[in-house]
Amino acid sequence: MKILVCISKTPDTTAKIAFKDNNTKFDTSGVQFIINPYDEWYSLVRAIELKEADPSVTIHLIHVGGPDSDPIIRKALALGGDEAFRVNTASEDSYYIASQIAEVARQNNYDLIFTGKETIDYNGSVIGGMLAQLLQLPFVSLTTKFELNGGAAIVTREIEGGEEIDEVTLPAVISSHKGMAEMRIPNIRGIMGARTKPLKVIDPIEVPELTVTESFELPAPKESVKLVPADQPEELVRLLHEEAKVF
Amino acid sequence: MSVLVFLDQAEGQIKKNSFEAACYGAKIAELMNTQAKGVVLGSVNTDLAGLGKYGLGQILSADQPELAQFDSVRYCEAIAELAEKEGAQVIVLSNNFNGKAVAPRLSVRLKAGLVTGAVDLPDLKEGFVVKRGVFSGKAFASVSIKTDIKIITLNTNSYPVTDQGPAAQVEKVTVQSGTPSIKIKEVKKVVGEVPLSEANIVVSGGRGLKGPENWNIVTDLAHALGAATACSRPVSDSDWRPHHEHVGQTGLTIAPNLYIAIGISGAIQHLAGVNRSKTIVVINKDPEAPFFKAADYGIVGDAFEVVPKMTEAILKLKQAG
Ligand SMILES: Cc1cc2nc3c(=O)[nH]c(=O)nc-3n(C[C@H](O)[C@H](O)[C@H](O)COP(=O)(O)OP(=O)(O)OC[C@H]3O[C@@H](n4cnc5c(N)ncnc54)[C@H](O)[C@@H]3O)c2cc1C
Repeated sequence: MKILVCISKTPDTTAKIAFKDNNTKFDTSGVQFIINPYDEWYSLVRAIELKEADPSVTIHLIHVGGPDSDPIIRKALALGGDEAFRVNTASEDSYYIASQIAEVARQNNYDLIFTGKETIDYNGSVIGGMLAQLLQLPFVSLTTKFELNGGAAIVTREIEGGEEIDEVTLPAVISSHKGMAEMRIPNIRGIMGARTKPLKVIDPIEVPELTVTESFELPAPKESVKLVPADQPEELVRLLHEEAKVF
Repeated sequence: MSVLVFLDQAEGQIKKNSFEAACYGAKIAELMNTQAKGVVLGSVNTDLAGLGKYGLGQILSADQPELAQFDSVRYCEAIAELAEKEGAQVIVLSNNFNGKAVAPRLSVRLKAGLVTGAVDLPDLKEGFVVKRGVFSGKAFASVSIKTDIKIITLNTNSYPVTDQGPAAQVEKVTVQSGTPSIKIKEVKKVVGEVPLSEANIVVSGGRGLKGPENWNIVTDLAHALGAATACSRPVSDSDWRPHHEHVGQTGLTIAPNLYIAIGISGAIQHLAGVNRSKTIVVINKDPEAPFFKAADYGIVGDAFEVVPKMTEAILKLKQAG
């Protein structure tokens, strides 16, 4: 079985969010980049678990980005991927990115493609669904459990106020949410091994961008908090009812 | 020419955030001098003509049994077929679980640019520019859609719901439904609870509550308010509460009208999931807790004393009113 895990690079969760060039670009100065937590903690680790259960499984990683992404790809390889592809281009348009990944997927016939639920920077939640449509495969979004069952998989996905259990035949695209697996940290053997694993750099294919990000802005600063003394909870309730009118 | 709004249903009930999407779509149609039409797949127990009150002029109802349950391939094909037939310029969906599953497919199927998580009406002055949340609620981006057909998924609680419109004209339609892409084996609903993703009010607890045995102060307050319950990540990681209650950067992102945080410090990753809430109330015994900086109202005090008194005051108020 061959698994493709999509890896995105995002700012660290504590990064200061600021913009430059007249608010048209994210200011990366002083920002630490990490593997998107949904890709790392949930997708990649679940793929590694499948390989641990069945050593014949191969795991490929794919990332669309420039050479500055290589450290996070190496980290993903240290956790457990067998080899990685980096499509050497960048874009803020999901269709463009998904088309690059689909092209690599078409050449390698994967049984399973994992994406994270979303990235923590653009929060699009789009790549998985687009890949599924581009490759004409089934797609299960926001998956919290994934078990193989012959040529199919039994997956649990979140829905409003509950969950749904689906059977999906492979090949399929799965977007991973919390619950799929537990976070791991790479061990020394993994880190050493990652240095010699193949990281293939490939050129992008030509695809149009359907959207263009024009500018960014920060939310208006919050007015300072109205504190109510601890012995007057009734006053807080009154303010919420009469002033904020929230219930 | 029209704006098509996908009205998502489960078990015959149209979901609340679809009404918000309808009002949003109706306003876009007005700005573009065209009509908004709702698409309902599967049969629903709702008076379809009555959905006109949200500003929809027409409802296209594909009341086919095979569309009763959501399937991203079938729903994508159905919406695409209707969009092509209607010559839709804009397609609006909710940014909910099903919206997230079908909108990306639709974007590829129709070669239509997609913006997910919109928080405001599109700006039509120069092209078609949609504002959306990015960096987990810490910023916004303005994204221009370059294609003829535009697809938008609307974040919950981003657009006011009004219900004064006249009845809609209902048209029964039949769509090609294709083959299912997945088999739904089971649907498990948490009964008797307000779904977190749709809740107007959310009461949330953190590690400050010390253990699951103390959660009654959270659930009592939630019941008094008709609210959903949520929690911080360490709380669900320790299995004090179920995983689906985890909000934040790595859990669910929510934007209720009222978010009450009890014994939660307000770490940046937690705030990322809740900072779009309209009103934030923080109960924390530490005056230095970072959450107070993001709060509208707060009490510096012991949750075990403060919260039961709040519940009592709310129940009293509800009895009186
Ligand atoms: C990559 C990454 C992703 C993360 N994602 C998330 C996420 O999605 N969601 C999330 O929540 N966290 C997330 N975290 C964890 C986050 O950094 C915090 O550790 C976490 O939110 C803290 O939870 P807490 O506020 O419940 O606990 P603590 O930080 O321990 O805070 C407990 C609070 O309770 C108060 N308190 C104690 N006793 C009382 C009392 N009797 N009455 C009133 N107040 C009291 C204390 O003053 C304190 O402020 C993430 C972390 C990382 C590194």
